[in-house]
Amino acid sequence: MIAIIDYGVGNLFSLRSSLAMIGAQALVTGEADALRRADRLILPGVGAFGDARAKLAQAGLDGVILEQAERGKPLLGICLGMQMLFDRSLEYGEHAGLALIPGEVVPMAPKLAQGLKVPHIGWNALHVVRPDHPLMRYTRAGECVYFVHSFCAVGCEESLVATCEYGMDVTAAVARGNVMGCQFHPEKSGEAGLRILRAFCAL
Amino acid sequence: MITKRIIPCLDVKDGRVVKGVNFAGLSDVSDPVALGRYYSESGADELVFYDITASSEGRRLFTDVLRRVASQIFIPLTVGGGINGLDDFERVLASGADKVSVNSGAIQNPALIGEAARRYGDQCVVLSVDAKRVGGRYHVFARGGREDTGMDALTWIRRGTDMGAGEIVLNSIDTDGVRRGFDLEMLAAVCDVTDVPVIASGGAGCIDDFVTLFETLPRVDAGLAASIFHFGEVRIPDLKAALARRGIPMRIL
Repeated sequence: MIAIIDYGVGNLFSLRSSLAMIGAQALVTGEADALRRADRLILPGVGAFGDARAKLAQAGLDGVILEQAERGKPLLGICLGMQMLFDRSLEYGEHAGLALIPGEVVPMAPKLAQGLKVPHIGWNALHVVRPDHPLMRYTRAGECVYFVHSFCAVGCEESLVATCEYGMDVTAAVARGNVMGCQFHPEKSGEAGLRILRAFCAL
Repeated sequence: MITKRIIPCLDVKDGRVVKGVNFAGLSDVSDPVALGRYYSESGADELVFYDITASSEGRRLFTDVLRRVASQIFIPLTVGGGINGLDDFERVLASGADKVSVNSGAIQNPALIGEAARRYGDQCVVLSVDAKRVGGRYHVFARGGREDTGMDALTWIRRGTDMGAGEIVLNSIDTDGVRRGFDLEMLAAVCDVTDVPVIASGGAGCIDDFVTLFETLPRVDAGLAASIFHFGEVRIPDLKAALARRGIPMRIL
């Protein structure tokens, strides 16, 4: 059973449907005990970092996520959910993350060449830097996935699994032991995305 | 590099796709789920479902259809038509839409753009603009292009972007249906006034029209069309292969 962590942020319809499509049992839940019982956790998220981080804390779920991650349970953060795995974010102020993966989240705009728009929105090709990582086991070279974000993770070189090129190398997927994250939306990335979810379910 | 997007648009009335014909191998060409899957498997980068029903029963059927599409098709889905308030945003987002396109509803109540952007994020709010040349300017038309609002389209687009619209769909009434190419002049003017992604709509008749669009206006992010895809005149895999051969970044399945 996969627990999709529900803390009042984002639209979970597609994520739930995509897991159903690949035959995975998934439960959308905000109950700490359900997270403890699940074999895997997915931390979704859209919107602003500070707001989402506060809601996660209000829901009393950050402790159980940390506890379960430390016990070795596979955890996948998606989009803002990935960003929250890092030490901190500089999105409109400074906010502490869950500090499960070293690195920080910074605005993309000052780093981009002229003419590149923010948000980075659309399909971009994955450059897999760790092809041996199990999360990428079904991913083909150069496959495109769907991104929507204005902030990106930096300083996480040791955890990098995949990047994409947008005037610079953008962190696309990271992993540190059982804790993984993808900046793109696998649930919106067609077959390529479903295969990444399948790889997570097969860990 | 981010790829240019190819987006088919499907008009839905009372839960059925209208104008969907001419597909070999599709048993029911008016079934939104079958058609959506066909396009997704053909390499469409996104789908737009436009609700053209007026009745509340039609609305309910549309939402049911959207739910079924979103349960089975995992590419971004944009929904437009009849979006007049935050409750309409809520209704379609809860049924699986990723983005919501506003047009006449935002003209009547411009504050809707900002309210929706604050609640759901800029990336969720698409401002769709039907524009036409009137006396040397571009005017915004409402009600499916039937009513001249007198508003300047470039001013409206700048204002919409400032209020939080995350993407612009520009539909040129002057080129729509003519099938002799996108309105490059109008699109260039729009790209000059906004930094958010611009989706070109209206006028595509053949593959070359998309090549010309992306080669002439590299700032345009996506091309949207309906009938040329529905009638099978342009097949999306052929279109994307042709664009890729010209060096335009494309997602190829």
